Amino acid sequence: MHQDYDVIVVGGGHAGCEAAAAAANMGSRVLLITMNMQTIAQMSCNPAMGGVAKGQIVREIDALGGYSGIVSDRTAIQFRMLNRSKGPAMWSPRTQNDRMLFAQEWRIMLEQTPNVDFWQDMVKELIVENNKVQGVITSMGIAFKAKAVVLTNGTFLNGLIHIGEKNFGGGRSGEKAATGITEQLVKLGFISGRMKTGTPPRLDGRSIDYSKTEEQKGDENPGKFSFSDTAPLVRQRSCHITYTNEKVHEILKTGFEKSPMFAGRIQGLGPRYCPSIEDKINRFADKTRHQLFIEPEGWNTIEIYLNGFSSSLPEEVQYKALKEIPGLENVKMFRPGYAIEYDYFPPNQLRHSLETQLIENLYFAGQINGTTGYEEAACQGLMAGINAHLKLHKKDPLILKRSEAYIGVLIDDLITKGTDEPYRMFTSRAEFRTLLRQDNADIRLTPMSYALGLASRERFERVQKKTALVNEFIDLCRTTSISPAEVNAMLASKNSAEINQKIKANQLVLRPNIGLAEIAGCSEKINQFFNQIDNTIGQEVLEQAEISIKYESYIEKEFEYVEKVNRLEDVQLFEDFDYSRISSLSLEAKQKLSKLKPRTLGQASRISGISPADISVLMVYIGR
Amino acid sequence: MSRFQKGETICALITPPGVGAVGVIRISGSKAIEIVSSLFQSNKKDFKLTDAKTQTVHFGKVMDGNMVLDEVLVTIFRSPHSYTGEDVAEISCHGSGYIRQRLLELLQSKGALMAKPGEFTLRAFLNGKLDLSQAEAVADIIASENKSALQAAMQQMRGGYSDEIKLLREELIRFAALIELELDFGEEDVEFANREELKTNVETLLTKIKKLLKSFELGNILKNGIPVVIAGKPNVGKSTLLNTLINDERAIVSDIAGTTRDTIEEEFNLNGIRFRFIDTAGIRSTDDTIESIGVERTFQKAAQAAVILYLFDPRNTNAASLTDEINELKNNLHLKDATADSHIILIANKADLYDEESIRKEYASFSNLVILSAKHKTHLDLLMQKLLDVSGVEKINLQESLVTNARHAQSLRLAEESLHKVLVGLDMQISNDLIASDIRYAISQLGEITGQVSSEDLLDFIFSKFCIGK
Repeated sequence: MHQDYDVIVVGGGHAGCEAAAAAANMGSRVLLITMNMQTIAQMSCNPAMGGVAKGQIVREIDALGGYSGIVSDRTAIQFRMLNRSKGPAMWSPRTQNDRMLFAQEWRIMLEQTPNVDFWQDMVKELIVENNKVQGVITSMGIAFKAKAVVLTNGTFLNGLIHIGEKNFGGGRSGEKAATGITEQLVKLGFISGRMKTGTPPRLDGRSIDYSKTEEQKGDENPGKFSFSDTAPLVRQRSCHITYTNEKVHEILKTGFEKSPMFAGRIQGLGPRYCPSIEDKINRFADKTRHQLFIEPEGWNTIEIYLNGFSSSLPEEVQYKALKEIPGLENVKMFRPGYAIEYDYFPPNQLRHSLETQLIENLYFAGQINGTTGYEEAACQGLMAGINAHLKLHKKDPLILKRSEAYIGVLIDDLITKGTDEPYRMFTSRAEFRTLLRQDNADIRLTPMSYALGLASRERFERVQKKTALVNEFIDLCRTTSISPAEVNAMLASKNSAEINQKIKANQLVLRPNIGLAEIAGCSEKINQFFNQIDNTIGQEVLEQAEISIKYESYIEKEFEYVEKVNRLEDVQLFEDFDYSRISSLSLEAKQKLSKLKPRTLGQASRISGISPADISVLMVYIGR
Repeated sequence: MSRFQKGETICALITPPGVGAVGVIRISGSKAIEIVSSLFQSNKKDFKLTDAKTQTVHFGKVMDGNMVLDEVLVTIFRSPHSYTGEDVAEISCHGSGYIRQRLLELLQSKGALMAKPGEFTLRAFLNGKLDLSQAEAVADIIASENKSALQAAMQQMRGGYSDEIKLLREELIRFAALIELELDFGEEDVEFANREELKTNVETLLTKIKKLLKSFELGNILKNGIPVVIAGKPNVGKSTLLNTLINDERAIVSDIAGTTRDTIEEEFNLNGIRFRFIDTAGIRSTDDTIESIGVERTFQKAAQAAVILYLFDPRNTNAASLTDEINELKNNLHLKDATADSHIILIANKADLYDEESIRKEYASFSNLVILSAKHKTHLDLLMQKLLDVSGVEKINLQESLVTNARHAQSLRLAEESLHKVLVGLDMQISNDLIASDIRYAISQLGEITGQVSSEDLLDFIFSKFCIGK
């Protein structure tokens, strides 16, 4: 009844969907197995995509030919570019999304992707022969054969939901947990661990008094994630802000003794940057209020997501406390917040391709690797899908460098440093932040993806055209002189010092408050150039050229640093290298290097406990 | 002194030791080509290896006395175009164990030493042929060769201030975290540090780094001798003092003013500390070109000096005009008052020619005053004690951290430079992400010294101090 597949993807969340789409688009025959086809690409937590550092990842996924950016654009109900007031490396796109539309759009896009088959069932076992994966067996007892398997189990592996003193097995509110896989993998030699995460209560929007809250609107000129031709938003929905108070905190404290976290019933470590409300009150006792975001779950639904109020306290305590929050006096709750514990596999058991070191052709992506967040999961799924396909065609894996993408930073961090709390991306994790901007993700990554056969020719040509125009634009600014007569009126209006002799356009762009748009308004030559650019990329070209000119010195400095670091990155280390015989290495270095088997000297240098002196010693030995 | 510093020539088999078709022996060092040439007979008439150009290959025989040992190819690499950066010859001989062994013996009989494991690479390192020339690694390797007390000494030396730098780095991370907080968590409901606070923060850090850098200068000074300049008007007895101090008629002494026209340096060991005395041309306006160059040089020398001995003849001046003289000297040296005064020792010379008590009264307002006679060697002990006091060597001895490693000093200097940029950036209202890149650079520079590298530190700090997370 069933054909053999190239790639089986287990799990239909953000990671699984991207993995299936990528492998299929590259030409693999893919089977996506999910426990419930109605919840494909379900946003289990907040109804939003992107944000600081995460928005950059969505742009990167899009540039590589993944779907997350397109789906987010098509289902957005609000768009904001965060950090606009800071340097361009910090600009971070974020959307609020319609939860139901988001899942529906993903399902439709997958259905329209040739080579993707679906099967609704739970995978309970992997078929492994000679340390190589051969397929999966489902709870119905069906064996599917495949050359590669990507596991994206999310929070489902032995998922355990906690609300107050109650706990029950489940992968998500109202859904069953998945069993069997962890036990089998541990038998095969994998090390597993437990993690914890949580989600806030969902509320009835009709019961909220918005007059007591602050409105948070979307951007006036909303942008979007995808470099493709998705349409920007015309109308948007607002979020609202309210605050807890000391009375709320007092009520919550009455539930502390029944808290599964404080009572020690939860073993897994939760994310520090996404703490539950009880955790915030407990750890920051001097703070008299905490900010909460009232986020709509869609265009038409009345369901509300109360961002900032994640909790696993007893539901009646949650409810009582909610009612003391301004605007929520008469609130009705659809369901309480809860905490969930699940199995993960410490990611230093992986290769940079996301293939496991122990079992050939088996890939892990998403929360199973100890990450948190839709974007983090999606990009791993994408990379696992790409690399599974490449491996089956005996090609080198796509490994993005830390200097090339946030995705590269994420995967390298996971494998080199490991993680014992849910890993979330921050811009501060990226040492080459100035290069890894959301505006240039396509320039950085689309050519690579096109070469692999994933990104479309159309996307590739767009990037080529854009890059050429940006370079032309920059050159034009370097060579075009602007006279005082042309520009002084504008400068005066911007409170910028007037000029008294001709000056090159790029010099003016270096000034704060002065952009290329202003210069184009003063110089006929530049204006002409700008106007002949196709409307669809005009703004992008302008922005890219402006950033390149304004931040040239910072960008160049970072490139220099990249080059210095890449010298180490290009030095390969052999997996079977015997570190114990290098007597001049510190004991800690010997142990860590033997355990983690870094791929390159650069990776070795990022392992905690490996000193620059150890790296020099390795260089000396490799050089010999 | 290591073999490298002595310029020894070393040799070793660089192919695997088992039986093979060909074996390659590398000889590296200043005599490498000369030594190989003495064993080598070219097939070309009158050709000598010592005349060979770099990166050339030569066919010929290796002679063992009058016997031919083997037919070989010799490749010549001249410094710096070689693996080690030194003159290198590589002999490709046949792979017999006997030939290789005998060849190595012959090379040793001509003065080459057997290379130790890693020694070619070590030399490459030391000659800057390898990228990451780090003092520690070299120390590590040297130690792994002879396991001497040197390593312990270096470790100790390093341990002394690495703790201090760790603290500095932690402070910087705390500072960076305050900046990053606003970047990664701008949407959060936390209070962000204001720029004035940040500025004060950086300034404090800079002071500390400057202090450590200063200690490096001090360390250098200790190594090379503390420069002490002897200055004063012509014919107050500067050269006599120098000669007295070093017990040597080094400087030409006469009673003609302006006899010393150039600076003269001599070393002197006091309580195990080296002082470098610099006698100078007397300071006076002069039309004599050579002498005026000498005066100019006096100022230059004095500006570099840790201590200035200012000699005067108390009979020819008074408190007021001495003050003028000193001020003029400080002016010429661009010295600030506070620092300068503590580094200048005033010497009232020719104490045999006047009444000490009345002179002491006249010049009572000057703090670092010594009355002595250079010619009759009286009260020299007072001068010695003053020298130790003023140079501060006794105080700095073991209490304070002393940066002695040049690479560490370089890292500190780069960190200092980056922090200066941070200050400028804060003033110019530059966006935090760009300021952060300079701070990161400073952190990574300090990490180079302490061996710590991690961006996780930043986040740890943020999460422990601020309530983050919706």
